[in-house]
Amino acid sequence: MKRLMVAALLAGSVPAFAAAQPIVVASKNFNESYILGEVVAQLLEREGFAVDRKLGLGGTKICYDALTVGDVDVYVEYTGTIAEAIKDLDGEPTLARLADALAPDGIEMTPPLGFNNTYALALAPAVAAVRNLRTISDLVPHGDLRLAVSHEFLERNDGWPGLTAVYGFDWTPTGIEHALAYQAIVDGAIDGTDAYSTDGELSRDGLVVLADDRGFFPTYLAVPLVRAALDPRAKAVIALTAGTLSDAEMRDMNAAALGGADTATVAADYVARKGLGDASGPRRVDADGFWARLAGNTGRHLQLVAYALVPATVVAVLLGVAIFKVAWLARGAVYLAGLLQTIPSIALLALLIPLTGIGVLPAVVALFLYALLPILRNAVTALTSIDPTLRRVALAMGLKPAQELRFVFVPLAMPSIVAGVRTAAVISIGTATLAAFIGAGGLGDPIVKGLSLNDTRLILEGAIPAALLAIMTELVFEGIERLLTPGHLRASGGAA
Amino acid sequence: MNAVELHGVGKRFDEWVFRDVDLKLPNERTTALVGPSGCGKTTLLQLVNAVQQPDEGVVEVFGEPVPDAGLVPFRRRFGYAVQGAGLFPHMTIADNVGLVARLEGWSADALRARRRELLDIVGLSEALDGRYPHQLSGGQQQRVGLCRALMLKPRMLLLDEPFAGIDPITRADLYPEFEQLRDHEEVTTLLVTHDVAEARRLADHLVVMGDGGVVQAGPIGEVIAAPCNAFVRDLLASAP
Repeated sequence: MKRLMVAALLAGSVPAFAAAQPIVVASKNFNESYILGEVVAQLLEREGFAVDRKLGLGGTKICYDALTVGDVDVYVEYTGTIAEAIKDLDGEPTLARLADALAPDGIEMTPPLGFNNTYALALAPAVAAVRNLRTISDLVPHGDLRLAVSHEFLERNDGWPGLTAVYGFDWTPTGIEHALAYQAIVDGAIDGTDAYSTDGELSRDGLVVLADDRGFFPTYLAVPLVRAALDPRAKAVIALTAGTLSDAEMRDMNAAALGGADTATVAADYVARKGLGDASGPRRVDADGFWARLAGNTGRHLQLVAYALVPATVVAVLLGVAIFKVAWLARGAVYLAGLLQTIPSIALLALLIPLTGIGVLPAVVALFLYALLPILRNAVTALTSIDPTLRRVALAMGLKPAQELRFVFVPLAMPSIVAGVRTAAVISIGTATLAAFIGAGGLGDPIVKGLSLNDTRLILEGAIPAALLAIMTELVFEGIERLLTPGHLRASGGAA
Repeated sequence: MNAVELHGVGKRFDEWVFRDVDLKLPNERTTALVGPSGCGKTTLLQLVNAVQQPDEGVVEVFGEPVPDAGLVPFRRRFGYAVQGAGLFPHMTIADNVGLVARLEGWSADALRARRRELLDIVGLSEALDGRYPHQLSGGQQQRVGLCRALMLKPRMLLLDEPFAGIDPITRADLYPEFEQLRDHEEVTTLLVTHDVAEARRLADHLVVMGDGGVVQAGPIGEVIAAPCNAFVRDLLASAP
């Protein structure tokens, strides 16, 4: 046990946060947002600001909460999302109205980047050309087309039902899994589908996007959200992006990333092409090499696990020891710890953000809570199932409570307690990969990034080391268990 | 002076186990406490070393009332052995026997000398000192249990059915070894047993407990010769 703590302390000597006050740039966890995050970050760097990237931080709620509590200084959001998901505003609010809604949270918008990432209908180029289709109105009389849209689009009010009401379609497309739709068009299996207007696939596959000539689809203009308290000079730099990106340009950049280009490179090309910021300023030196990245992620991963596991072990064992003699307390504590574990980890992480901000702290708190149960349950079960005769003898022979614990109860419960810590450690290593969703880094970082970029190699770069870590943890704990197993169990060759 | 005196003692858990028990256990004698299961023999035994506290009445040990506080040093003045020996499975024989003496600050030499003194009497060689309880037979474990109880040279030994569950042949060996230990240590003994024959074999004083308290107590010959009622007569007659 002592050795474990020493390891944790050593891991803890790596500073969790940089000392300076860089501007924290976040992004949501999909391709386009990564690129826009890089654009903002590189622009700031060119103007001489220090930047801390938290790209792929999470979904809308996580990013926005992180911004409001000040863990993040800027990320790029969409007006439609602000109106519907964040502020629940009716109709299609103006930018001024959105700004008013954001102000109480201490958040401002800089002007929109220009492009509108909304729903769209896309057709195979040959079909569009042959039938001369350019707008959605053009599409109405072509009920014979094999149009297949995502199931969500078929149901949503701002999808097909609304579209029908506005444009007067008298036919209904079939449903298709969105991930398959683009391939289906390329294969000639369908003629068209719904899309997001800046999807890289549209550009990659040369699809024709029909113009929304009656303005049905809500607008999703990309706007940088910044903390009101941010340095005004930084805000001005971010505002340089205003109106610089058309739908087609964004589509092309997404297509480049889709084709395997590094999002940082795509962003750098754009910043250079548009001549944004100080061209002589420092350009971002690209990410570390594979091994350095692997070592960094693994180190952070172990750090997260150790920060959570060591206190969880101490708390769970002390708690178990303190309450095991009171049956209802012991039952209650195990029940409560079990309840904590049923909270989905992503939900728990999201819930913690308002309390702890983003980054290492909420991840460690969540892992700590998950690690409690197996250790506490094993400790309590082992302590309560100690032969009552031994407890009676220990009492009658005149052992003080502390001596009972030290010489009898804890040694007898030790194999089970260590087994609990082992379970908790393996669970923590797995769960810690989710910490990347809230910017805590670790081996989840490449996994999250790989998922959003659809890059299997990146996913494996996180998943394989995480699996190996779990296996190594098992092995290490087997050794620890052998060391700590009381003599009577070792001599008989058995294990608890 | 009597070893133990109970004055109007009662003990209840959910219901009263016994009430109004007045009892005197003579010093430097072995008293057997017999009675049917559930009559409170073990509870009464545990009142003596303050593992249980009475709900009414007073328990005196060697002329002094059982204290309310400082129970740990008080309990260490008694030896205690139970059915199945109750050895700590994770400790060697030597550690089991020596644990409390070590906590009392005995030197390693004193510990070893005293341990050997006792274990030699019951015929357990030094080679067994490093073994774990599960490597010993049931009879050997109980010998260790008795030696552990006597390690601190207590004035009084409390035995809770220590010979139950041991096969008759081994038990026949254990009785004289126990007597040697007891006589060597000159220790007053209170033996709880449901085995009347064992009581007759080892004790010179008898307490018969029934439902709700003590039915009859006295020198064993007198109780056997003159049972005070049918319950005592039947109980004693049940012995082979």
